[in-house]
Amino acid sequence: MHSFVYRLNGLLTFSVTILAIMCAITSLSDNLHTPSPSAEIQVMNINWFQKQPQGNDEVSLTMNISADLQTLFTWNTKQLFIFVAAEYETPKNSLNQVSLWDAIIPSKEHAKFWIHTSNKYRFVDQGNNLRGKEFNLTLHWHVMPKTGKMFADKIVLTGYSFPEEYR
Amino acid sequence: MGLIGDTVDSIKSIQTRQLLSQAVSLGMIVTSALIIWKALMCVTGSESPVVVVLSGSMEPGFKRGDILFLHMSNAPIRAGEIVVFNVDGREIPIVHRVIKVHERQDTGEVDVLTKGDNNNGDDRLLYAQGQQWLHRHHIMGRAVGFLPYVGWVTIIMTEKPIIKYILIGALGLLVITSKD
Repeated sequence: MHSFVYRLNGLLTFSVTILAIMCAITSLSDNLHTPSPSAEIQVMNINWFQKQPQGNDEVSLTMNISADLQTLFTWNTKQLFIFVAAEYETPKNSLNQVSLWDAIIPSKEHAKFWIHTSNKYRFVDQGNNLRGKEFNLTLHWHVMPKTGKMFADKIVLTGYSFPEEYR
Repeated sequence: MGLIGDTVDSIKSIQTRQLLSQAVSLGMIVTSALIIWKALMCVTGSESPVVVVLSGSMEPGFKRGDILFLHMSNAPIRAGEIVVFNVDGREIPIVHRVIKVHERQDTGEVDVLTKGDNNNGDDRLLYAQGQQWLHRHHIMGRAVGFLPYVGWVTIIMTEKPIIKYILIGALGLLVITSKD
């Protein structure tokens, strides 16, 4: 019972168990924290709005995105993955979510920002339903912890709409 | 060395009954590990409740060697979720983020497009020939939790199998030569 190998085995088992407990407690500590983020998105310009040869509508727009997400950071936060998605309904699809822009915020200092950008990913519909349609722009964030449970939330901003005609 | 001498002495004094009872103990240990694994599969609803990150396509969030805990529920798939999916014909699952969702009104079926955070383009190049979207049946689970570095053990054992054999051999030797 007291050979080197047994002691090594006992030591390894104990340290792995302690590490696992520490990771679990670290992750649970995130539940004690209540964040209060804020964000604003303005659509500055619809650059163009066309129907593709395959029949799908596509739009390119430029947005001003400003947000203060500093309260989302805890000691257990490694980074924040944020993205802006356009969400709308069509006759065929009860929900369409199209990610327009995303970014990784590596630390609290970078979490209060303002950016002027066109959509990073192509905004293509399944079909040609976009003319005159209203849509929401939702800022989603995913908290990626140093260890443990990941969680996500969003702010929904309503009141945007496409032009009535192609441009 | 005393350690090797002790081990050799132990092997010399093995009796059949003791060997059999130790084989049974080893079998019990392996079976209980299997039971825990299967129970985890049941609880999380996913075929592989724990996956190791193999590539750098989700950096800096998930690095090679990290472990992801998966959970599959019937909740609808939404943009931003990190999902694990299998492409038809490929056996290695891919862990990427959902960037586009189109959900049908009537059937609730969903078209999903994914992209790795660290990749420039979306995953259409990874899908099967002619496939533009993923569907629900491709998706094995959502990543809900994460542990850094722990997956390196699995990566090392897969890429250098000799280490796996050495480890199992040493464990087997330990069990056989233990006096209880």
